[in-house]
Amino acid sequence: MNGLALSGGFVDGPIQSAQAFRQIMTAMARPGEILDVSGAAPPAPLSIAAGTILLTLCDPETPLFLAPGFDIDPVRDWITFHTGAPFVSAGDAQFAVGVWKDLPIASFPIGTAEYPDRSTTLIVEVEDLCTQGFVLRGPGIKNSRTLSLPETEVFATNAQLFPLGLDFYFTHRSRLAALPRTTKVS
Amino acid sequence: MSEYNFAYLDEQTKRMIRRAILKGLATPGYQVPFASREMPMPYGWGTGGVQVSAAILTPADTLKVIDQGADDTTNAVSIRRFFEKTAAVSVTEATGDASVIQTRHRIPEERLREDQIIVYQVPIPEPLRFLEPSEVETRKMHGLEEYGLMHVKLYEDISQHGAIATAYAYPVKVEGRYVMDPSPIPKFDNPKLEMAAIQLFGAGREQRIYAIPPYTKVVSLDFEDHPFEPTKADHACDLCAAENSYLDELITDDQGSRMFMCSDTDYCASRRRQGHVGVKGTVFEGSAT
Repeated sequence: MNGLALSGGFVDGPIQSAQAFRQIMTAMARPGEILDVSGAAPPAPLSIAAGTILLTLCDPETPLFLAPGFDIDPVRDWITFHTGAPFVSAGDAQFAVGVWKDLPIASFPIGTAEYPDRSTTLIVEVEDLCTQGFVLRGPGIKNSRTLSLPETEVFATNAQLFPLGLDFYFTHRSRLAALPRTTKVS
Repeated sequence: MSEYNFAYLDEQTKRMIRRAILKGLATPGYQVPFASREMPMPYGWGTGGVQVSAAILTPADTLKVIDQGADDTTNAVSIRRFFEKTAAVSVTEATGDASVIQTRHRIPEERLREDQIIVYQVPIPEPLRFLEPSEVETRKMHGLEEYGLMHVKLYEDISQHGAIATAYAYPVKVEGRYVMDPSPIPKFDNPKLEMAAIQLFGAGREQRIYAIPPYTKVVSLDFEDHPFEPTKADHACDLCAAENSYLDELITDDQGSRMFMCSDTDYCASRRRQGHVGVKGTVFEGSAT
């Protein structure tokens, strides 16, 4: 582990994580709305937003999957030092980080009929995050919203699994948007 | 202030609660298990709501706490003071000024906005619990969407009383999937469950958190020939003359004299400040704030 792993965490954990969580929660409650977060300065290729989500939600109780490209020493060291989250394969992950094409979507747990909460939350790093793209409808959305997405088919299938399914955060620099399993994409 | 971590709970506990809240928002109406902590107040005094509030509050928030609509009851006052002391948040009694509202058994009369969050204190989160005591069974029933028993219960109400007699904690179906206990709010408040604000529910003793995102479809269970009806005392508020607010009945002497007044004290007081006077009310003389 080198010294870089030690920096880039929250300076004032309780306050910064509270502020970050409010944004992260609001994003999940209003799918497709793009919000700003700050606080983390993670090593590349992690974005500020992805790093902030990890610092806010992960700890030794949350198994984490790193997709190829993110499964590198600087990222591992930084996450280990700041959160202590164990690294696991996709099938055991509670959280996962990566770019869309490298995430093995079919391998993540989607929960069980009795415990639909036992599913993975994916943090997807995207090259662009904007309000142009596909139409979203569902809980948290008054009429409809639009959001740039890597594709639609996976999200359509995912929504059909409800109440099972995966939940997604899309992150780009310091911005994030969420897409829970309840959202219908067209 | 410096004696406590921000908002009382330790960071790992808050992370655990925060993860449960996110899962709750992703599965509206589903009860997410969480490892409820001992709080410096007894179970039944809102430990679930307090833990949820502690996990979502930021220093910039303005908190309002109500107990059966009132800002000035013991439970509301102590929870408000708790967060003033441990999170240094501003507090208010005005619904419109609050960014986070923790409530026991009421939804404020004033319509909530998109930038507000309401946190409900929940005693028994499982709507099927009094029909089926086993957690294993009720969990299975939710998994299979097997809610016939609840309709039988409502039907038995009709066959015994001629109408659905459930007056509070009236079961709802959220987004066409989960049957949910809206906490013991009067059924008068049920239509307000479809709102612009984020709704979070915390049950401390029962260790469950659930949520309803804004604009989620929430339907009170009923029958075609016995449709759901939100009810209230057939009376106007004796203090502020409001005819559309939920009323408390107050016995005023040993002869059984009584008066009706708004259960939402902020709503009543703001109407009185505006000059509305009920049958037994007097012109408001308090401070104009």
